[in-house]
Amino acid sequence: MSSVATTEPILTPAKSTPIRARLQNVLPQIVLAPSFAITVVFVYGFIAWTAYLSFTNSKTFPSYALTGARAYQRLWRWTFESDPPSSWYTSITNMAIFGFLYVGICLALGLFLAILMDQKIRGEGVLRPIFLYPMALSFIVTGVAWKWFLDPGLGLEQTLHHFGWTSFHFDWIKNKDYVIYTVVIAGVWQASGFVMAMFLAGLRGIDSEIMKAAQIDGATTGQLYRRIIIPLLRPVFLSAFIVLAHMAIKSYDLVVALTSGGPGGSAWLPSNFMYEYTFKRNEMAVGSASAIIMLMTISAIIVPYLYSELKEKAR
Amino acid sequence: MSAAALSHGQNNRWIGRIAIYGLLILFAILYLMPLFVMLVTSFKTMDEIQNGNMLSLPQAPTIDPWLKAWGETCVGLTCAGIKGYFWNSLKMVVPAVAISTILGALNGYVLTKWRFPGHTLVFGLMLFACFIPFQSVLLPMATILGSLGRLGVTLQDQVGLSFGLGNPTVNLVIVHVIYGLGFTTLFFRNYYEAFPNELVRAAQVDGASFFQIFRRIMLPNSLPIIVVTVIYQFTNIWNDFLFASAYAGSGESMPMTVALNNVVNTSTGVVEYNVNMAAAMIAAMPTLLVYIVAGRYFVRGLMAGAVKG
Repeated sequence: MSSVATTEPILTPAKSTPIRARLQNVLPQIVLAPSFAITVVFVYGFIAWTAYLSFTNSKTFPSYALTGARAYQRLWRWTFESDPPSSWYTSITNMAIFGFLYVGICLALGLFLAILMDQKIRGEGVLRPIFLYPMALSFIVTGVAWKWFLDPGLGLEQTLHHFGWTSFHFDWIKNKDYVIYTVVIAGVWQASGFVMAMFLAGLRGIDSEIMKAAQIDGATTGQLYRRIIIPLLRPVFLSAFIVLAHMAIKSYDLVVALTSGGPGGSAWLPSNFMYEYTFKRNEMAVGSASAIIMLMTISAIIVPYLYSELKEKAR
Repeated sequence: MSAAALSHGQNNRWIGRIAIYGLLILFAILYLMPLFVMLVTSFKTMDEIQNGNMLSLPQAPTIDPWLKAWGETCVGLTCAGIKGYFWNSLKMVVPAVAISTILGALNGYVLTKWRFPGHTLVFGLMLFACFIPFQSVLLPMATILGSLGRLGVTLQDQVGLSFGLGNPTVNLVIVHVIYGLGFTTLFFRNYYEAFPNELVRAAQVDGASFFQIFRRIMLPNSLPIIVVTVIYQFTNIWNDFLFASAYAGSGESMPMTVALNNVVNTSTGVVEYNVNMAAAMIAAMPTLLVYIVAGRYFVRGLMAGAVKG
């Protein structure tokens, strides 16, 4: 995309009076400096600060005497405390279930809808916004809507009873073992249309000559998609995966609005764990340690991706 | 090919088309369902909700739930509706979007047209900030905002003016500008990268300064990306809940999302579902409106947020 392949300044400031010239020379850096400084302090400095707090004994208020990796040791111990499950155990198993299903279903459904939309159908202009509008809503609104929709006494269950299907039973939102799956349902509803839009853009970018050639060679539609089109969409899979994975790890609002944490905190994700331990249970060190673990998980996905993206662009 | 085989092929084609449309319409209904239910519920009376069917249209449509949500419903202990919180959100969103967009445009301009050694590293560090879980900066920020608040009180006593320090809305503006910078810089950088350098160089030969080039050449050509950035930031900041609940989680200064969550989870008395739904619709209205008016740009922003420039 870039036509600029150098790290040299593109513009060499005009030679005028020395002071003016020198000022002109560094002016761009001066303009950028505040933003960069803010990022360094408020992002990286604060991360370091949180990391530091995780090695202290902070409870309600920060304390700055280092006391070793006690918070991490506790989290590690809780990781295996499955009966009865510790809050941390619940949070990370929920994270695994939610992350796997949310990313998986969004990718599958998004691709499926995109392929359907790509069949030269009429009314694409009507359907696209319908699949995409949930993305414009706040997780809180989504949570409120689905909380009502999934409420056994009011929503879907009640409606189907009205229609005569009285044996229908659906109370996942009140069930501690299934409540996390309702978060998956609402999350998929919100994000899958966006994934569809990404895949659709990818499909539209494929050279039609390739498809024609394959069809002339006698490939069936199924083969065409399996062997040619889906492999060509690999970069879209990657970007969609990155976006979804980091949204999954950052998910917080949806759990709060949809389930209020679920019965006994059974719908918690690590983000909810962090918030509760830090601000409600006065275990600041443990909360900080969990935040650092979240950050490291996201970094493991994002850093290699950004590195390869930026390197590619610089070339 | 015989006529029979041909018509067989035609039949198959028709079945395929019907299946495609059938599936698409089915999914469209599923996607619209929650919004539809929210909307019809917000126009029903409580009687009808308790005894009726969630999918049926309101038999006696009433806008009372909307009026009540706007002006009377209880948020925590105060019962003055959500209107105040709606304005809180607006007062927070407008400056936060404006400042972060302007800074992003300047950053993007420098990072593409006035490159210096290490510009990729600088950009990479700013970009990574988009992806961090905000939990990892939540506590230090709370501490700093606390100190700023105390400074504000001191200034108020000494000088008679707090400069907005300690005001929750101002705090949230600061927070959203800081953590939105990565995104706005990304958008403008990717856009300006494709902007012809020759134009910039020509202007410079003519003696235009750094800011003149920005104002006269870059900005007039930036309308699409400005729209994308403004929409993206507006949606994100309006919809934010984590920062809002951490730094303005109670009292008069709550933003809309926090207030909505409180309305819905207020456990005193009978739960008025119609009012809750109306409140949710009001909270969703601004971003939904933006999406309806400028959906194309909205999608483009989301895509650009996926880094692919």
